[in-house]
Amino acid sequence: MANRILRTLLGTALLALATMAQADDQRVVAITQIVEHPALDAVYQGVRDELEEKGYKDGDNLRIMHESAQGNSAIASQIARKFVGEGPDVIVAIATPSAQTMAAAARKTPVVFSAVTDPVGAKLVKSLKAPGANITGVTDMLPIESHLDLLERVVPDAKRIGTVYNPGEANAVALVELLEERLAARGMELVKAAATKTSEVLGAARSLVGKADAIYLTTDNTVISAVEAVISVGERASIPVFAADTATVGRGAVAALGFDYYDHGRQTGAMVARILEGANPGDMDVESVDTLELFVNPAAAERMGITLSDDLISDAKEVVNSDQ
Amino acid sequence: MLSNIAFYGAIETGLIYGLVAFGIYISFRVLDFPDLTVDGSFPLGAAVAAVLIIEGVNPWLATGAAVIAGMGAGAVTALLNVKLNILNLLASILTMIALYSVNLRIMGRPNIALLTEETVLTPWYNLDLEYHQVPVLLFTLVVLVGLVLLWRFMKSETGLAMRATGANPRMARAQGIATGAMIVLGVALSNGLVGLAGALFAQSQGAADVTMGVGVIVIGLASLIGGEAVLTPSSVVRALIACVIGAIIYRLAIALALNADFLGLQAQDLNLITAVLVTLAIVLPGIRTSVAARFTRNKA
Repeated sequence: MANRILRTLLGTALLALATMAQADDQRVVAITQIVEHPALDAVYQGVRDELEEKGYKDGDNLRIMHESAQGNSAIASQIARKFVGEGPDVIVAIATPSAQTMAAAARKTPVVFSAVTDPVGAKLVKSLKAPGANITGVTDMLPIESHLDLLERVVPDAKRIGTVYNPGEANAVALVELLEERLAARGMELVKAAATKTSEVLGAARSLVGKADAIYLTTDNTVISAVEAVISVGERASIPVFAADTATVGRGAVAALGFDYYDHGRQTGAMVARILEGANPGDMDVESVDTLELFVNPAAAERMGITLSDDLISDAKEVVNSDQ
Repeated sequence: MLSNIAFYGAIETGLIYGLVAFGIYISFRVLDFPDLTVDGSFPLGAAVAAVLIIEGVNPWLATGAAVIAGMGAGAVTALLNVKLNILNLLASILTMIALYSVNLRIMGRPNIALLTEETVLTPWYNLDLEYHQVPVLLFTLVVLVGLVLLWRFMKSETGLAMRATGANPRMARAQGIATGAMIVLGVALSNGLVGLAGALFAQSQGAADVTMGVGVIVIGLASLIGGEAVLTPSSVVRALIACVIGAIIYRLAIALALNADFLGLQAQDLNLITAVLVTLAIVLPGIRTSVAARFTRNKA
């Protein structure tokens, strides 16, 4: 019995070795993400597609390894060790916890992070310019100033801006702190409502009624997962809801000057390709989003008691009309 | 098929979760107290240690403070149960939920990076060892010290009183044992160990994150039960060794699962694999005895 188990184990091990045998000219890129989530999955797909367009085809001259930690930090740590141990050419770490775990495990392997809002605060890099060590990447820090310009253009009278956010999400908290500071500089006020899980989003949005003239949502994962709850409150109470990402406009937000996480992934993939071609990550500045697109939803605006101007609609890259 | 780094990484994480399994052994096995506080006390230990470390406190002192914080959390759960008569499982859920807010308050934000800070591991990197071997060495020492101390404690008069409390509370009370105090002490001790694990985990991972407690209870239970399946826990010392062995086996299984592409397994199957492993570990010993029972009956 024990012998048979041993033989089966050895057999599978040999099989694994056989499948792992690679052609010498094959480059290896290892990609890890903290959890499966539409935005993070889009980043992964973007990285793949960009690499393919740059001439690195998975299964051909490139081998892509991909693991998700399913939201579990101990598994994230084991994924990091697995990747570092296999010595890939580049490791891509999607979202802050994965990137930190990878930074703790990788000494020399180049690491490119993606979908990290505050890489300096997360101690991934010492500075955004020429970070120096083996780590660089793309930050999804929002262009808050442009977003507030848009908000003021649509609702010039709004002085109290409400937001719903998850105080347990590092990226969201960094954005809310920044938002508060920038709004104060414009003589405006931020009204915060906390929701630690999706089931609390509706209650948090309701608490903003009467306290906020408009609602602005960051790229908070918890809130965006349940964004319909905020939209419904906005429609009932005539409070226009603005979003930071364009996908949310299709779900009923008035407007967003945002970027697509798929494009974010493409930008990450371009950095990976440069490293595969010999660039040193320590010399590469941390990049931020370079393409912003305006999405508007005039029908949603009507339901929230405002009318979008014709010139705003003509400026939009995409006009979505969600009917509900 | 496992690289050296992945192998040592599995041992390292296994050793940390061995401490969690010690804690769960005390609550579930010794006291018969199903305690879910650990999902909150693990990040609590990480939070306390991280905040103190970035304030410049000596990392060992910070880790000690994490143990005390964990013990406090456990004591709250036990007091809810003993003093307010709240069902033990529910009492632990209440503390666990509360700890999420407490942890956010302690940290002031959801994530504190320790990547560039001095931790308990820093001085050890000067040893002539490979980078990934250092945490394994240090955590082995910590686990050994913990094991010896717990073993001695369980043999002491207080330890015996605690075991009696879990085995038969009415009898224990009749013998003059203050069972309430034993429950408070035991659950506090258990969560102190989990807080220690959280503090060490944050220091080896480079960050404390408020979400890092998710699933700690399941992994701890998987380690405890898996260890018991491998090593029959006929004595306290065997049970403690089983905790560590179980935690390491569990981590090696995860590391293998991460390498199991050839079996058609994918990343998203990991949680399922965990559930299957735990179920098997719980069910298999029972099946073995019932099969054995049937055979003996047939013979007779």
